[in-house]
Amino acid sequence: MKSLINSLPETVFTTKVDDLLNWGRASSQWYMLFGLACCAIELMQTGGPRADVDRFGCVPRATPRQSDLMIVAGTLTYKMAKRTKLLYDQMPDPKYVISMGSCSNCGGLFQLAYSVCKGVDKIIPVDVYVPGCPPRPEALTEGLLRIQDKMMRERWLVRGSAERQPTAGA
Amino acid sequence: MEAKEIWERLEEKFSGRVHGFKGDVFDPYLHVEPQAAVEVCRYLRDDPGLKFEVLSDLTALDWPKEEKIQLVYHLYSYTHRHQIVLKADLPREAPVIFTMEEIWKAANWMEREVFDLFGVVFDGHSDLRRILLPEDWVGHPLRKDYVEQEEYDGISTQRAPLVEKLLR
Amino acid sequence: MSAMNEATAGEGAAFQTEDMIINVGPQHPSTHGVLRFVVRTDGEVIRSALPDVGYLHRSIEKIGEKVTWHGFVPYTDRADYLAAMFANQGFCMAAEKLGGIEVPRRAEFCRVIACELNRIASHLISVGTFGQDIGAITPFLHALRERETINNLMEEICGARLTYNYIRIGGVGYDITQETCGRIGAFLDHFELIVDEYNRLLSYNKIFVERLVQVAPISLEDAFQYNIVGPNLRACGLRWDIRRDIPYSLYPELDFDVPVGTGEKGILGDCYDRYMVRILEMQESCKILRQSLRMMPKGPAIAKVPRKFKPPAGEAYIRIESARGDMGFYVVSDGSEYAYRVRFRTGSFTAMGLVEKLSRGIMVADLIALIASLDVDAPEIDR
Repeated sequence: MKSLINSLPETVFTTKVDDLLNWGRASSQWYMLFGLACCAIELMQTGGPRADVDRFGCVPRATPRQSDLMIVAGTLTYKMAKRTKLLYDQMPDPKYVISMGSCSNCGGLFQLAYSVCKGVDKIIPVDVYVPGCPPRPEALTEGLLRIQDKMMRERWLVRGSAERQPTAGA
Repeated sequence: MEAKEIWERLEEKFSGRVHGFKGDVFDPYLHVEPQAAVEVCRYLRDDPGLKFEVLSDLTALDWPKEEKIQLVYHLYSYTHRHQIVLKADLPREAPVIFTMEEIWKAANWMEREVFDLFGVVFDGHSDLRRILLPEDWVGHPLRKDYVEQEEYDGISTQRAPLVEKLLR
Repeated sequence: MSAMNEATAGEGAAFQTEDMIINVGPQHPSTHGVLRFVVRTDGEVIRSALPDVGYLHRSIEKIGEKVTWHGFVPYTDRADYLAAMFANQGFCMAAEKLGGIEVPRRAEFCRVIACELNRIASHLISVGTFGQDIGAITPFLHALRERETINNLMEEICGARLTYNYIRIGGVGYDITQETCGRIGAFLDHFELIVDEYNRLLSYNKIFVERLVQVAPISLEDAFQYNIVGPNLRACGLRWDIRRDIPYSLYPELDFDVPVGTGEKGILGDCYDRYMVRILEMQESCKILRQSLRMMPKGPAIAKVPRKFKPPAGEAYIRIESARGDMGFYVVSDGSEYAYRVRFRTGSFTAMGLVEKLSRGIMVADLIALIASLDVDAPEIDR
């Protein structure tokens, strides 16, 4: 059979289905506004005019039902923990979590506190940890780009399987 | 009006139920008997020469060595621009005092906070329940002998081993 | 047509309605932090809105008893992260009062400059999110743009954009250089014209004004009873500012006005007055900054304070005028290197106590305007 590759016009690209799907998802991560404390202000500044995340396609959504990324920005207290799990469960698959700031990474500077949950990964699984107190907008943007890399490595089409395959080399 | 004059007027009107005036500190204070606290505060608010319209702060101090919980009321007057501090000593085992809610509505939330963190019960309060901590929290954290619970709602309160050494 | 209206009117009179209980939950797009309201409504009109707080209770007061005096200053930043300098300053002033430490004059000027820049930043967020909650998304981005410049200035002064840890016991952490002073001056030249931009975008915008006037007015009597402070109290008509009436630091030497609400567009003390007071206060802060930059002397930036700071036993109550009003610091020392009790009295905590009373009879959308106009802040409420 004659090869098609050299006879297609310049405006046609060929790629793999996985790459196409992942590129579409990675270029439009809609994050849920889950700003709890000080990191929420830096989250707002990251969405603001200078360190603009809208250029990566990230749009803030108020409701978990329409978002595929949850940025936990701020200190998680025990009172809020149950609601966090509820919100995480309400997000549709495939979903990702960024833990922003040291309070949600590990409890931060509130190690001696009685009412602070020492890390959001005690409640929900976390994909990317962004350190800082609060992290600069550039750091959070780097976290978003790492999620993009993670998304690009996922494989969906495997012969004989109906589920998403674990990411290669995660 | 100087704090000493306020003390003299209170002593004249409520002799026996106010005592222990200390005037040579940064914020002069006086002690008041818990049973008479509401009456004294009503007088302080309504008397035209004193006119303490505002309850600036209501908090508590825990003195386990002296077996008492001390309630501290900071009062301020916008008209006369003076302030006074009232202190009421309550027994640590069963601290109970009548509420200030009818005199200053701000006391509603402040008393709920003192109940939540110290365990002081306010008689006559319209809605005395925990405000800052979850409803099913056990213990009153700002007391000096508070011990943290092992886990809450299935989440363990254990810290990383390096941090356990810092806990005092 | 009229017969149909009559028929529906007759049916309407016999409608059986029930109250709805709606949860304005801890996660919501408004940016005032994690607050929850349990709202009981009759259709669109609220019968009562009970606030439920404590979702950000980080036990800062208990930590004050466990770390040293110097080590507690970063925690005061988190007590109100939008106006962190004020919390720093209040605690350091209380510790200095107890320890009998005198702050050098240049350090006082550095403190005033840092605090007034922070006041402008905090009011920008307040005004910007106010517009966003009402539905005007654009002014929020304008506010964030100005705030980026202030963040840059703060980073030059102390190294951090949000939680500064700049004002230390005995003075300030780092000196402000001549270059930074020049940049602050350039920022002020630019910013004083921007406030006019806000007036054109928001303040005299017909929709904004109609959403806000006559909504939830606070009478002066209520303000005293519920201990409302700061711009909220000034909007009710009382010209009261801690910087002028119980002065501290350098404010007696500086010349500035205290704006009050006038009720020009509605009732005295409604949401619009609270908004206008904040806009006018930003302009006053610019005046204070210009005077401080002109009058700043040379000298040390921090006094000599021992590393293991042990003030004598006693207690002190300090009031400062934070961006959200009169913030009180009640600090008790027992002579050791750890404080015995640290208490923050914040304006937002008592303002939330008033929400239940104000919310009766307003609509659900007005509740959002009310919360935004009171400029409450979750870390201030919960600490």
